[in-house]
Amino acid sequence: MQVLAQLTLNGIAVGAIYALVALGLVLIYKATEVLNFAHGDLLVVSAFSAWGLITVLGLPFWVAVLLVIVAVSALSYALDACVIRRIAGQPQFAGVMLTIALAFMLRGLVSMVAGPEARNYPTPFTGQHSSLAGVAIGHLQLVILGVTLAVTVGFFLFFRHTRLGVAMQAASQNQLAAYLNGIRVKRVNSLVWALAGACAAVAGVLLAPITLVDLTLWFVTLKALAALVLGGFGSVPGAIVGGLLIGLIEQYAGVYLPDGSKDVAAYLVLIAVLVIKPTGLLGEAHGRRV
Amino acid sequence: MHFDYHTRYRQGFALLQRPGERISYGLLMALLLVMPAFLSPFFLGELSYVFILCVASLGLMFLTGYTGQVSLGHAAFLAIGAYAHAWFLARGLPWPISLPLAALLTATVGVLIGVPAIRVSGLYLAMVTLAFSIIIEHLIGQWSSVTGGFTGMAVEDPKILGWSVSGPAGFYYTCLFVLVTVLLGLLNVLRSATGRALIGVRDSEAAAYALGIHVQGYKIAAFGVSAGVCGLAGGLLAHHLKYLTPDGFTLLLSLELVLMVVIGGLGSLRGAILGAVLISLLPTAISRLKPLLPPGLANQFGLEIFVFGLVLAVFVLFEPGGLNARWLKLRALLQSFPLYRRDTFKRNKRYMKSERYR
Repeated sequence: MQVLAQLTLNGIAVGAIYALVALGLVLIYKATEVLNFAHGDLLVVSAFSAWGLITVLGLPFWVAVLLVIVAVSALSYALDACVIRRIAGQPQFAGVMLTIALAFMLRGLVSMVAGPEARNYPTPFTGQHSSLAGVAIGHLQLVILGVTLAVTVGFFLFFRHTRLGVAMQAASQNQLAAYLNGIRVKRVNSLVWALAGACAAVAGVLLAPITLVDLTLWFVTLKALAALVLGGFGSVPGAIVGGLLIGLIEQYAGVYLPDGSKDVAAYLVLIAVLVIKPTGLLGEAHGRRV
Repeated sequence: MHFDYHTRYRQGFALLQRPGERISYGLLMALLLVMPAFLSPFFLGELSYVFILCVASLGLMFLTGYTGQVSLGHAAFLAIGAYAHAWFLARGLPWPISLPLAALLTATVGVLIGVPAIRVSGLYLAMVTLAFSIIIEHLIGQWSSVTGGFTGMAVEDPKILGWSVSGPAGFYYTCLFVLVTVLLGLLNVLRSATGRALIGVRDSEAAAYALGIHVQGYKIAAFGVSAGVCGLAGGLLAHHLKYLTPDGFTLLLSLELVLMVVIGGLGSLRGAILGAVLISLLPTAISRLKPLLPPGLANQFGLEIFVFGLVLAVFVLFEPGGLNARWLKLRALLQSFPLYRRDTFKRNKRYMKSERYR
């Protein structure tokens, strides 16, 4: 029972990160119909720059986090405004290839600047635990949960109650109609990329202390894809639910299923969902259009 | 400039469309056949590796370029082919039986994956194949009784008619033979009714269906053929690597295969070969160029992957037709030399077309 509670807690903490990453992916997908394979590398960039700011320059944690968020949002805005925008109107596959190319370039740049070896940086919560009924609760896990909750609620309010948020929804539903209503679609799309970049920065800064600051952080994109598919592709609440579920499934699989199944559990879920129920849990049901 | 002018129906399907092609392809073949007399064993090995990747790239092109099914996980089929071939050899099967058997096994796996996978298309299919290849990689690592797990397994070095298969010249000719066979086979499939059906499925599933083409069946068949060809390439790759570990068949290899197909130009076998040649020679070229670069840049880990990304980005942005389109343009320029017009291949402006509900 205690093991189960501990696993659930760990699963929710990891799942919250997956949910954040999936949230960034789904924002970009809904706005520009590009599946951003470079999203994980934005996480890598933010983790490495957080390491640089905290360990090398010696800035306080929160200042570093703020700087990283601003910088990665700007990078993400620039990626859309300078590169991704040029392939609008080409087949979806072109977007996949272009973001894979960007992912390679970002990863190459990071390892050229910082070196490929793994490292770590201290946070104010590293190594601090509370105990509740025999379950160890790391303060970092609590922070992750809190931040994810805050980001989710923030996005909900933003998309529901601000002019820019509504404009973003409009542009993602029908670009031409939005443009005719006076929305600057290109700029709005780039701003969506910036938002997603901020999401990736938060996720990267929070994920790195759990794992390590390492180039393999980008693999979280693939987990987030599984989360997206499980929750229903293109659905924002689905991304959150899917992320949490994938986190839980992984933790349970690591203990209750045979050796080695923790690493593949997310991918098995992805295949199973796509084959059995391609719309996912919360996805919009839609017919085929020819 | 050359225009297609057919006086008989059958001319449209001819393997060699132009009069000069017989000579130029013959010369190329002769050049490739006499290569071993001039090149050092190292370069022969490199060329054999290029041929192997060409075979794999042809396999993926058949699926992605001609049937329109995106796969980001073809390294899994290479892995299955390689391990199956090595396992059959270790069980004492002769080489000429083991290799086709490995290809057949891979094709079966391809069909088994294809049956559920073609229920989804586009991005979803890309994700399914991606997940499949990661699962296969882990499976190979775990199933140590057959694959040797993470410690790996050695590949035996059999002899046919006294020739060592993995000696430099012997292996070169083996790879060349397999490449030419696969290329001719695919060319012939693609100019038959089957090939036109596949292209129909790629361009519009609904139209193909309305014309009486069994869309699902053709997609599964294309998956099987593509997997089988990649299995063949995997079997050869086993001899090139000589020692198999799961690390040899990671996601990066899958992505490299997709890179070859995209950079070569989707929808052309020539593109598959050009792309494979470019991508397989790029790492060697980078390591040769490294001494010329300033030492601060040259010793950096990550330069290679950066260049890969740069090349891919440049092609996607500026030449979506890939190397094949570039070649066609160059040929048109040479053939119509003083009369070449700048706008011959100008692309029309396209507008956003949603694929969200496909």
